Amino acid sequence: MKRLALLFLAVLALVAVGVAQGALSINGAGATFPYPMYSKWFDDYHKKNSNVEINYQSIGSGGGIKQVTEGTVDFGASDGPMNDEQLKAYQDKHGFPILHFPTVLGADVPTYNISGVSGELNFTPEALAAIFLGKVTKWNDPLIAGANKGVNLPGNDIVVVHRSDGSGTTYIWTDYLSKVSEEWKSKVGKGTSVNWPVGLGGKGNEGVAGLIKQTPNAFGYVELIYAIQNQMPYGKVKNSSGEFIKADLASVTAAAAGAAKSMPDDFRVSITDAPGKTAYPVSSFTWLLIPSKFSDGTKRDAIKGFLKWMLSDGQNEVEKLSYAKLPKEVVTKETKDLGKIQ
Amino acid sequence: MGSRSFVSKLRDGDEIARLVTFIFAGSVVLITLLLVFELWRESYLPRHKFGFGFFVTSVWDPIFDKFGALPFIYGTMVTAGVALLIAVPLGIGAAIFLAELAPARVSDTLQFFIDLLAAVPSVIYGLLGVFIVIPVMRQYIQPALKNSLGFLPFFQGPAYGVGFLTAGMVLAIMVIPYIISVSREVLISVPRDQREAALALGATRWESTWKVVLPFARTGIMGSIFLALARALGETMAVTMVIGNTPTISASLFSPGYSIAAVIANEFTEATGDLYLQSLIELGLVLFLLTFLLNGMARLLIVVTSQRGSGMGQA
Amino acid sequence: MSRRLRWRKFVSHFMLTMTGLCALVATAVLFFILGYLVYHGGTSISWNFFTKLPAPVGETGGGMANAIVGSAKLLLLACLLGVPIGFFGAIYLAEFSGGTIAFVVRYAADLLNGVPSIVIGIFAYSLVVLPFKHFSTLAGGFALGLMMIPITLRSTEEFLRAVPRALREGAMALGASQWKTIASVVVPAAYRGILTAILLAFARVAGETAPLLFTAFGNRFWSPGWDQPTASLPVMIFTYAIAPYEDWHRQAWAAGLVLLGLILIINIIARVILSRGVAIPRT
Repeated sequence: MKRLALLFLAVLALVAVGVAQGALSINGAGATFPYPMYSKWFDDYHKKNSNVEINYQSIGSGGGIKQVTEGTVDFGASDGPMNDEQLKAYQDKHGFPILHFPTVLGADVPTYNISGVSGELNFTPEALAAIFLGKVTKWNDPLIAGANKGVNLPGNDIVVVHRSDGSGTTYIWTDYLSKVSEEWKSKVGKGTSVNWPVGLGGKGNEGVAGLIKQTPNAFGYVELIYAIQNQMPYGKVKNSSGEFIKADLASVTAAAAGAAKSMPDDFRVSITDAPGKTAYPVSSFTWLLIPSKFSDGTKRDAIKGFLKWMLSDGQNEVEKLSYAKLPKEVVTKETKDLGKIQ
Repeated sequence: MGSRSFVSKLRDGDEIARLVTFIFAGSVVLITLLLVFELWRESYLPRHKFGFGFFVTSVWDPIFDKFGALPFIYGTMVTAGVALLIAVPLGIGAAIFLAELAPARVSDTLQFFIDLLAAVPSVIYGLLGVFIVIPVMRQYIQPALKNSLGFLPFFQGPAYGVGFLTAGMVLAIMVIPYIISVSREVLISVPRDQREAALALGATRWESTWKVVLPFARTGIMGSIFLALARALGETMAVTMVIGNTPTISASLFSPGYSIAAVIANEFTEATGDLYLQSLIELGLVLFLLTFLLNGMARLLIVVTSQRGSGMGQA
Repeated sequence: MSRRLRWRKFVSHFMLTMTGLCALVATAVLFFILGYLVYHGGTSISWNFFTKLPAPVGETGGGMANAIVGSAKLLLLACLLGVPIGFFGAIYLAEFSGGTIAFVVRYAADLLNGVPSIVIGIFAYSLVVLPFKHFSTLAGGFALGLMMIPITLRSTEEFLRAVPRALREGAMALGASQWKTIASVVVPAAYRGILTAILLAFARVAGETAPLLFTAFGNRFWSPGWDQPTASLPVMIFTYAIAPYEDWHRQAWAAGLVLLGLILIINIIARVILSRGVAIPRT
């Protein structure tokens, strides 16, 4: 019995050590917004470079910022750029700054589960703010029905769903609401984790989509690909030019057009409620948070290698998952900035 | 044992053995002390900033750095309360059956299965909760309650499926085994002469159980309830998958809510800012103290009853 | 028979039937759970499940091979921490110690046992993850090991104490030292119970999810060595169950079946060992 146990232990130890050799393991964590894209990218990159394993855990943008600041992961990811306070905290803790690298463009879409309604509903900014403030509670409220003539909206209560975790998707949504609603701006504000007036909480984009899918009359915001992959209907949003726009490659790219030309050096920019007739108003960049200094040379090179690939070949994969490519100007600027990673 | 020289004892290895095993035993104490110390130390920010107000504020706002524990304490209490309301009658009933009525083999076999139920991990209950309990609650049970008892504030509001009631029901299933096994032991240990005296005086089986045996075992059964309560308070996974994850205080059991364990599980890895993180840790400290008190009381009550049962009390 | 007596008899029969119903409901839940898992999980268990790594989000065909190995590694570490401390600590309590120290150790063990598993996770995070700047199998194993300690300690102590004094005294009368007595006489006499205790503690932590959330974290690939994050069955179940993808739901059921099956089998084996063994005190 004892000998068996010892043998088993020896085998396991060998296995563990054996697996340890060879693969360089890099850990990242953060946003669920780009998770489908990142998981595909890291999988493809691993197939091309079998000695590099980039393990990404989608725990929410808040988690990404927190853990990369703590140093427990090698890089972070967030759709809400780090604010000045968080940047300073990182600098103070590590002694060098952290860099933002945009990866894709995506969109928050309003998705719902109403029996009898399978098409696209139109949402005005006022309706969206009112629903999430808890002032509009029924689907057939005039604020919603007014923009959707001809659609048979039931008199059921709206089940609002939001994020329970710290989320860049939330940041994008609340950033937009703060721009279009003074009341939202003063009462709730924008951030990765806000004090929601109403609604149920789901964990991650996955959790919100899951909750909406299973709950009749539910309504919430998710990244576009989650609605598509789960065959959930999503609505159009009225942009600043007065047009009702559906989120897709063209409308998201249009939203980034202005920012592409005037991108700040640290890449932190908000493109919600962007001007332009065809722009989708709840679009956003999403960023990888990369430390500017790595003590481990192999890790640094591996990450730089991935970023280079991401900016070239990687960009060719994004449209398949309904994310929009980065504007050419941004790609050029980022490629130059790769040199900043020491 | 006669006195042997220290050297000879040492040569035989006894002192070494004693020392080595003492170190292991002592490490248990050290680890526990370290744990309590860490919890206390890592929660000093909110303790100093909010003080006692932490327990009575219901705002949980990471943007404005305002944290109050009330919604989580409320949610933890309500779900545990619902769980006990369901589990206690069922559990004691089952325990009575197993202890008083069932023949020994049936009793032991059923107890075996109930012990297995206690071994089912929390995440499996959560899995079943998400795919089975929530839809059933939303489509059948909650509307039925609303139609029949909707005049009570407990059963008002929209039926989401998730919420206090659902979490309470799942918790009830999780804690029933504890109530059953401890109560059964306690009931079995009630001396035979108690029952026989009642029966001899003309009581029916039920009357003897309800009026004589149960009161005798009352403290032990209370102990089992406290044990179950402690378990319910600390449950994390099953609760966070069915409670709705919203820090709300509402009289309605249909409302989504939050518990201490659930909010820690959801927000710990992303709490940016020391005050935020330490507020979560203070919540952990609160939970720890609650379960500590309950477990202590439970143990006391169970010990007292079994001492009474084993003959130290008079017939 | 008087009417009153008839009524009392009726109440008695009725209430006692109700208690039988309660017992039935309680036991039925177990079979209900098992049935559901077998039904949903059985159909989803495939070769892919055991051998493939997770696929990119939204794609089918992935598996949980890394989670199965990850759980095995975590549990191995947990045993390496929990079993020695529990076992040797119990020997100290049963064989060597005096009253006060024993009381303090038992009290600490009971305290540790009652700590909610999420709080153990917090503790392991500050003690292992932060200093090493890594989520890791080590941290997860540490958290699980902490939970094993009190169970192993208390149960082993009970079984050691149950060994009759006569055995000990006989050995010492023959000239054996204390530690030799313990090693060659007492422990072998109690080995069934000790094995049971270890198995039950193992089964208990095999299903724990909360402490792993911020210690072992998660991994889409194999976890090399012991200092990297690792996937584990319980965490995968949690992640997949709350997501919207049908394929992930199927995998969650399969994983649930595998996990519960493992835990139940260990529990059954442990109890069978016990029932065939030395008489133990009714705890």
